[in-house]
Amino acid sequence: MDILIPMLAAAIRSGTPVLYSVLGEILTERSGVMNLGLEGLMLVGAFAGFAVTQSTGSPYAGLAAAFLAGVLVTLIHAFLCITMGANQVVSGLALTMFGGGMSGMLGRGHIGETIKGLSPFRIPILGDIPLIGPVLFHHDIMVYISYILVAALGFFIFRTRPGMNLRAVGENPRASDAMGLSVAGIRYFYTLVGGGLSGIAGGYLSVVYTQMWVEGMTSGRGWIAVALVIFSIWHPFRAALGCYLFGGIDALQMRMQAAGTSIPAPLLLMLPYLMTLVVLTFISIRKRQGILLGAPASLGNPFRREERE
Amino acid sequence: MTKWRLEPRASSSIFFSAAITSASLCAALVAGGVLMTLMKVNPLVSYSEILRGALGSGYGFSETLVKAIPITLTGLACLFSFKMMIWNIGAEGQLVMGALASAAVVRYFYFDSHVAMFILMFAASAISGGVWGAIPGFLKGRWAVNEIIATLMLNYIALYTMDFMLYGAWKDPMSMGFPMTAPFPDSARLWRFGNTRVHAGIVIAVIVSFLAWIVMRWTQWGFEIRVIGESQRAARYFGMSIMRNILLVMFVSGAIAGICGFGEVAGLQGRLSRGFAVGYGFTGVIVAWLARLNPLAVPLVAFLMGILLVGGDTLQVVMALPLSSVQMIQGMILFSILGGELFSKYRLRRVGAAGRSDVPTEGAV
Amino acid sequence: MSSEPKSVNDANMPPLVSMRGIDKIFFGSYANKGVDFNLKRGEVHALLGENGAGKTTLMNVLSGIYAPDAGTISIDGRDVSFRSPRDAIASGIGMVHQHFMLIPALSVWENMLLGMGGIPFVMKKHEIVARIKELSKRYALSVDPEAYVWTLSIGEQQRVEILKMLYRGTKVLILDEPTSVLTPQETRDFFVTLRVMTEAGHGVILISHKIDEILSISDRLSILRKGEHIGTVNASGVTRETVAEMMVGRVLRPIKRPDSERHGPTILSCARLSARNDRGALSLSGVSFDLAASEILGVAGVVGNGQGELCEVLTGLRSLDSGEITLKGDNVSLCTPREFIRRGVSYIPVDRKGMGLVPNMNLKENAALKRYWKKPASVKKIFLDWEYIAGLTGELVARYAIQADSLASPVRVLSGGNIQKLMLARELSEAPSVILAMHPVWGLDVGAAEFVHERILEERERGAGIMLISEDLDELMELSDRIIVMSRGKIMGTVRRPRDATKEEIGLMMAGESMEATR
Repeated sequence: MDILIPMLAAAIRSGTPVLYSVLGEILTERSGVMNLGLEGLMLVGAFAGFAVTQSTGSPYAGLAAAFLAGVLVTLIHAFLCITMGANQVVSGLALTMFGGGMSGMLGRGHIGETIKGLSPFRIPILGDIPLIGPVLFHHDIMVYISYILVAALGFFIFRTRPGMNLRAVGENPRASDAMGLSVAGIRYFYTLVGGGLSGIAGGYLSVVYTQMWVEGMTSGRGWIAVALVIFSIWHPFRAALGCYLFGGIDALQMRMQAAGTSIPAPLLLMLPYLMTLVVLTFISIRKRQGILLGAPASLGNPFRREERE
Repeated sequence: MTKWRLEPRASSSIFFSAAITSASLCAALVAGGVLMTLMKVNPLVSYSEILRGALGSGYGFSETLVKAIPITLTGLACLFSFKMMIWNIGAEGQLVMGALASAAVVRYFYFDSHVAMFILMFAASAISGGVWGAIPGFLKGRWAVNEIIATLMLNYIALYTMDFMLYGAWKDPMSMGFPMTAPFPDSARLWRFGNTRVHAGIVIAVIVSFLAWIVMRWTQWGFEIRVIGESQRAARYFGMSIMRNILLVMFVSGAIAGICGFGEVAGLQGRLSRGFAVGYGFTGVIVAWLARLNPLAVPLVAFLMGILLVGGDTLQVVMALPLSSVQMIQGMILFSILGGELFSKYRLRRVGAAGRSDVPTEGAV
Repeated sequence: MSSEPKSVNDANMPPLVSMRGIDKIFFGSYANKGVDFNLKRGEVHALLGENGAGKTTLMNVLSGIYAPDAGTISIDGRDVSFRSPRDAIASGIGMVHQHFMLIPALSVWENMLLGMGGIPFVMKKHEIVARIKELSKRYALSVDPEAYVWTLSIGEQQRVEILKMLYRGTKVLILDEPTSVLTPQETRDFFVTLRVMTEAGHGVILISHKIDEILSISDRLSILRKGEHIGTVNASGVTRETVAEMMVGRVLRPIKRPDSERHGPTILSCARLSARNDRGALSLSGVSFDLAASEILGVAGVVGNGQGELCEVLTGLRSLDSGEITLKGDNVSLCTPREFIRRGVSYIPVDRKGMGLVPNMNLKENAALKRYWKKPASVKKIFLDWEYIAGLTGELVARYAIQADSLASPVRVLSGGNIQKLMLARELSEAPSVILAMHPVWGLDVGAAEFVHERILEERERGAGIMLISEDLDELMELSDRIIVMSRGKIMGTVRRPRDATKEEIGLMMAGESMEATR
């Protein structure tokens, strides 16, 4: 118990930034746009969050800035992919380079500086439940918001009218357009919101998780998020599961390093990436039998109304 | 009231696409300049420093060539898979695996012969990079595992494998704690031109570009790759084996990246050391796309990218800018190339306003 | 105007829809040129024309999908300008496209609501389902509102499409080739439903190229030819022949089918074939038939009843669950697609641009696609002899009169007819012994269709065994030596003398009634 509870709590903390990013990408991909630039967006968000928190002293302002920065940078991707019909894979890679480069450039004088970020607090009553309390309810506000967000998005996507329109646009933009939905409008909206959530994910890393700025501090979490979207089969509940699983492996790896095991550090560091690959393969093998569990049918395909088939 | 509307273009000439590419490059540089200004960096000074550093001296020029070698090869690696619409983003990892194999040959199968070492290291790096590429190829062909994620994860796995060797068994006891192997003996090095750092890798790069062009333009296999890239469904109908081609293309793609790794350690570094491949895999993506997947254009584009990279080193020294400035500009170039593509696929046409009765109605019925 | 429902067509009332001088240009050529069209309340107005005449384009303009290059539209006498389908729907225009605009991953009731305004944020499923049931009873269009669309048959999907339009209070219902997915009997029921609609004051526009059907249901007909409006006439005052001439601009040539009964030996023999579709459901079960040389075997059936899977099984593109395929005495059940091609099985798929050809590649490359691995196109099994291929392509282009700017231009810029000719040229150029032709004249104009039919008959004379899959019973009954009828992946019966059979008999089998017609 003494080991397990801190481990599980650490899994939640470590999975939370990835979770924000995955939830954002689920929205984006449900609308039919693929944004592979999560890594870049997280870095931009991380720096924006760090810089604003440092200058204003308010971590909330920092997180808001992280969201805005994510939205702004995603605007380029949205414009290229939705308005210009560009290749979404290549644009996502460009976004990764651009975001990584820009954050490194802006943060060049601040590497290693620390800030005072958010601190955890215990939720009354819920926090007193044995086992569940310390694991789930002794965290910072952003973790709690992520719980609510998972439930809210699960309801939004499958039970509400805008959620249905979102799914429709991602499945069949031509039919959605013919039924009077604004394909471009819906895609812009969810691509930008998704980018903003990745910004928050980065902001969480710098403002809450590490409370400092390091160049390239996401170290592949953006890519892992992309993989976890596939794991989640585009469903927020499974996304949470996947992210905490990843968080668990990450926490385990760090704990083992700290405890000084005989396993060399590079092999431990490799673990999250290796596990991601293994899980992705496993999911793909299982998915072969599934029917509606696959990706949104028009994922990655640009839409232009007057193109004849 | 007049409106503008986009219309598909039937086809476009090679000059037109070259013009579009150049215009996109310029647009990216201008936009990059604006961003730099916002970051309180003088773009004119930066750009002239880049040019001066990369082309202003014989040394600079040779260094640009040195950088152009690996990115020509990673560019070609990406090109092979992109032609088939398979997204191999793992050139970085395949390159590392190639370098690891080269170092392993030096460590475990050393002969004091230039020729023997060249053949062994070349083959080992190609096979090792190729296998590293074929793994995601197999996963993709067999179970439709997303190759973008798979190749990316394999990048990290390759990098940590290298760390594992460099911090462990292969560490040079004389390196004072730095993660690197002992220097390779002379016969395990590639020939170099005069007293520059330009090595025989440049010959390999040029030959591979030319071979890639021949494959794509003149062979059955290249034809299959192009058809599969257009439509897998159609390719199956024409009797092409998708699985075999994915495996083969990913192997070749990885092998080219692996050879690139061999060139870097045997030609340039003279040992395997951590951080020898600074994002060449990703630069390869840009190079392939900028060259519009034309193998013969790859070395040229790689040279342009080489200017940027060498210039970036100069910026680091002269203006204390991090390497990420180059990364940022690379991202912007890729953005504007993507934007420019629209104009080679579509053209703008003016149309009269709809809904205005400026057309005389004829009394039919 | 809503006060007097009885006198729906007052002389001084404006027409429900009026389109004047519509131009629409694609690739620099007119798809519609100065077209006038009007629709009265309570009428079924057919829009006739051969394929490529611009019927669908005109209706896409009316439903806001295409913006016209010139011309005006008014609804109920008010000028309108649609910027998107949303505007058109708001004006009461609803179109049922030939390719249904449904989202397979959503349920029927969800599809109904798509894009509608005035629905609460959290949807009230029970109210919606009840309203759908009421509508479907009133118009005799039965569907299960809670089913997922991907589980529905084509006919059910069509009913969902129509209900979807009625659900949002459509005044003008546009139907694009609605009967192509129906059996003859279903078509009759469908026409009854249309009458229920017009009696309720709706206007119906029917796009079709089947003249007989149209004459039996429509009040007026408008005829388009090469994008231009030829005329509008009352259905009661015209004959089949005059309409056909207006459509095509000349008297139609009947298909001259040599009535020889000489069949060669059996060339392809299928025994109890079963296979699954992409979703894993059994879509071909126990199919057995023989095909002889010099025979045209027609395959009738509503789209999606296993015809596609049958072709894929017979070309190695889909693996068999069970059964055996024998080709010229060899068991080929496990052969690869390449192996089928080698053995002379030629397949003309419906999806020309997505499967049969590679639109972004040029004519030479497309012509080489089925022989690039063989001598003389292939040199030493490695290289391609482009010079030889260019020569071959030039020959094919000349022999089939394919119109193209150059052999190096991409196939996507060719017209539909030329695209089909190019595919046909490639598929027939090596004297195949079995030809699987799936909807070979679909979407072609009359001239091109005649050409295709002549080529198929020539191949029959040459000695090929031909399987002709079509939804057009007239075409099948004209051309085939024998017809098998498919329904839900099974063969329901064989028609041995197609020219003596009736459409009703075949229609019953298409609807799933098993019978062994012996005529």
